[in-house]
Amino acid sequence: MRIRKELFADERDDDLRLVGQPVRRQDIEGHVTGRTAFFDDHSVAGLLHLRCVRSTQHHARIRSIDTSAAERTPGVRRILRWADLPKKAHNILTIFDFGIDDEPALADGKVRYKGEPIVAILAESRRAADEAVAKVRVDYEPLPAVFDVEEALKPGAPLVNEYIGRNWFRYWGDYDCQQIRFGDVEAALRSADLVVSGRYQMSPIEHAPLETQGCIVVPAEDGRFTVYTCTQGLFFSLDNTAAQLKIESNRLHFVGGTVGGGFGGKVDTVVEPLAVLAAMLTGRPVRYVFSRAEEMQVSSPRGAERIYIEDGVMRDGRIVARKITHYHDAGAYSRLSTYGTIKSAAHHPGPYTIPNVWVDSWCVFTNRTPSSAMRGFGVTGGDFALESHMDVVARAIGMDPMELRIKNAYRDGDMKAHRKLTQGAALVECVQVAAELARWPLSEEARRDSSRVGGGGERARIPPTPTARTRAPGSTGTGARVEPARLGTGFAASEPRRGTTPLPGWTGGAGFPSSRPEPPRREAERREPPPEPPRPSTGGHGAIRFSSVFGSRRR
Amino acid sequence: MRAVRLELNGVEVAAVAEGGETLLTLLRERLGDTSPKAGCLQGTCGACTVLLDGEPVLACLTLAELADGRRVTTVRGLADGPRLHPLQEAFMDGFAAQCGFCTPGMLVAAKALLDRDPNPTREQVIEAISGNVCRCTGYTPIVDAILEAARRMAGRRG
Amino acid sequence: MAKHRGRGVASVNYPIGMNLGGDPSQALVHATPTGKFVVALSSIDLGQGMKSVTRQLAAETLGVPIEDVFVDTADSDTGPHCMGSFASRGTHRAGNAVIAAAKEAKEVLLEVAAEELEVDPKDLELDGRGKVQVKGAPSRAISVREVAQRAHFKRGRSISGRGMFLVPPSDVDPETGEMNPVTTYAHACMVAEVEVDDETGEVTVLSLKAAYEIGRALNVKLVEQQLVGGAWMGISHALYETAEPYYPDRAHGPTDFNEYLMPGPGDMCPVEIEILERPALDGPYGAKGIGEMCATPPIPAIANAIFDAVGVRMTEMPFTPEKILRALDAKRGR
Repeated sequence: MRIRKELFADERDDDLRLVGQPVRRQDIEGHVTGRTAFFDDHSVAGLLHLRCVRSTQHHARIRSIDTSAAERTPGVRRILRWADLPKKAHNILTIFDFGIDDEPALADGKVRYKGEPIVAILAESRRAADEAVAKVRVDYEPLPAVFDVEEALKPGAPLVNEYIGRNWFRYWGDYDCQQIRFGDVEAALRSADLVVSGRYQMSPIEHAPLETQGCIVVPAEDGRFTVYTCTQGLFFSLDNTAAQLKIESNRLHFVGGTVGGGFGGKVDTVVEPLAVLAAMLTGRPVRYVFSRAEEMQVSSPRGAERIYIEDGVMRDGRIVARKITHYHDAGAYSRLSTYGTIKSAAHHPGPYTIPNVWVDSWCVFTNRTPSSAMRGFGVTGGDFALESHMDVVARAIGMDPMELRIKNAYRDGDMKAHRKLTQGAALVECVQVAAELARWPLSEEARRDSSRVGGGGERARIPPTPTARTRAPGSTGTGARVEPARLGTGFAASEPRRGTTPLPGWTGGAGFPSSRPEPPRREAERREPPPEPPRPSTGGHGAIRFSSVFGSRRR
Repeated sequence: MRAVRLELNGVEVAAVAEGGETLLTLLRERLGDTSPKAGCLQGTCGACTVLLDGEPVLACLTLAELADGRRVTTVRGLADGPRLHPLQEAFMDGFAAQCGFCTPGMLVAAKALLDRDPNPTREQVIEAISGNVCRCTGYTPIVDAILEAARRMAGRRG
Repeated sequence: MAKHRGRGVASVNYPIGMNLGGDPSQALVHATPTGKFVVALSSIDLGQGMKSVTRQLAAETLGVPIEDVFVDTADSDTGPHCMGSFASRGTHRAGNAVIAAAKEAKEVLLEVAAEELEVDPKDLELDGRGKVQVKGAPSRAISVREVAQRAHFKRGRSISGRGMFLVPPSDVDPETGEMNPVTTYAHACMVAEVEVDDETGEVTVLSLKAAYEIGRALNVKLVEQQLVGGAWMGISHALYETAEPYYPDRAHGPTDFNEYLMPGPGDMCPVEIEILERPALDGPYGAKGIGEMCATPPIPAIANAIFDAVGVRMTEMPFTPEKILRALDAKRGR
């Protein structure tokens, strides 16, 4: 690997002492001697092992759960049910006041994907827990399921998630998808020399870290719980666990930071809340670790994305319009897909300056394992589609694919589709260096081009943009008008939160013949905030602003 | 229940194993050597590779009682006191580990190869670690490090 | 029936840090009484080298030898908040926090040294080998160890620093999508060369050649680790991996490493990479993040190379022999 120090040398001081040097890893000696301690390498006496009974159905109502044989299994100490959960449904972004609490940690009377946890067994050994899991009998009433994102959006499709209330996430109060509108795409497509269309489909991909996710929870001498965990976000998981258990965050002490591969799969915080709850209810240390099969099929994969691209292209290679419809298959629950959908919209139309851009990015619910973040979240699927499509475009107009990229590459000072000016661009130079490496012939003009020239001016302009709100088929929107929130005033832009109101038509927990009393809690029961009533808009049309995902908390 | 006596990294140890218990559980939970990792418990990842009388085995698929009276070597047995094995040195110098979870099994598999054949070809190295999954490195640095270790060991012998 | 070669290209950019910002990281740095330094974080090392890169940044900023610094992470009782290791944010966000904390600690260190040497702190520098010296007069010096001892036992000063880095959260305009996703982007362009067997549908990646613009390579070997490992993952995503082989059908999902296919050590091709450094204005010494983007460009580059080789367009991942053979059949009109 070589560093091309001559490029951008004028923007850089190369007078650093340690930065840049191939300093040996701080953790490498532990890795090669086997002394590195991962979460599961903490030796704890008297552990209870937690294993979950999981749904065999894609979508079903649970008529009954018979745990009697499981309870009689030697070594079984406790069975956790939905009724034991302090918070009946949760989403990991609602701690930032974004999104909807839409996922019960144990089935709430329904299962919405194959593999969903229904009850959790605590036993003296992993083997006893597994044996008891096999003895639980669940009586399902199968329901129609939907697996395809475009089918899920059609009127009459089976409703996947009652907490969400429709098969797509509604953004900013009344938008069925995350939109980007920049210029007049329809007019530009009409006037283009050529329109090039494509459909691209990413597959669900498993992170497959060598270390499966899990945690060990130890009740500590100070009344707190020490949690050895492989989470990718220490406080993110701590705060989410506290929120789900309705305890003060300082009752949790998380220890981690040394993780056997993550790739985005250890952000969801699916093991810690159940394990801490189990430790609270039993007073015993608890270990909950996914099996390899669970890691492969039950842990969130990289979501499958489906992307339609329509490009308006001129014969000289200029791309004058790019229209994109991007579907994210969230599976049965939102997890982080609501965020990834916005991120993917922000990533389009790729590193190119295109004067007319339209993006509809959808977060769609289906009856499959909830997807979530993975290495390149919101980007990988888009780049597969965009960069495949660039090749299709190049061939359609008979242009070299590298030349096409340089021609359309963004440059310093260019206006991007999300209306921010480009700075620090370096795509042109990357194409040039890659061409050199691959001995790929470039024209003299392309070889001399630079990200630092040719940008700005007319290219910095925000074009007149007609408003156009996309609706799901059959959707009429809420009619709600949403208060324009300024930065820092808190999040007022997702739809009103539904809290954990029981779903219509059934009283959650149906099918659970008995449940033990809830554990005594030190904290006063916190009332769920009532849904926010829609408030009138005070902003002008087209100028409504909303605070970001992580604005400060609404009180 | 059965008493198992074995030589673990040169030290005589004994523990009581339950019927059907694996060597991996015996090592990790009863003998306190957590260096073999439980990556799959299905014999498909290689992270629990240890040497049984010098031969690489998957500890997750080996019954604990089979180790009775035999020599078991884990990655913790590679170093000679404070002196690391050339394989360990080469992995450190060659940045041949990222998360480190596959590293113990990888090193043990590599040691079995070099014990058998001190001068392996690249293909033989690849073959020797083909049962060990790594999700981080792309394998190239690992293969390079094993070959480098073989070179260094040959240099010391020569 | 034959084997066909083809080349394909992909060029990408990558946003650094969480979309819309608002994702803070903190760091605490302190000296022991004998002049060694501890960096306390709650950032996560997933193998990407979080502990190592932050150690290097702290030692660079403090001006002390790398051996004199260790990073302690992650314990929620001792390490201050970090949003987490994802979104290619660790180096950029936590790195900036560590630099800020190290600067603050260094200020105290220089103040105490200045009192001991009876000079102005502005006239002092660290020599990178454990000494504080007067600029231009290196014989007037005091060891970091002595400074720390005097600070602790004589002057009652805590040589420590706090660092915080936050990209302020951005608004989103729901109608137009106007927003400020991130403050900086990394870039890459990759050329993949493949060989496609039109009888078996098998694709062999012969080489990947790429340029990566990453702001600043803070540790060239850590960079190489990410880019080579990421290239492998990109090949794996392109040709092998799926949790649902017949998506959207849920059947036949793999449950172990025998069924979940990934390339083995014998399937890895040569990867040739050159690094460009256009510093990010707000990056730690200009650095961006590379942990995620490295797995992306191989996918379209390989798809495009397959088309170049045999004229079939792979629009559904992964590009399995079955899909390639079916596409070849369709192309031949079968």
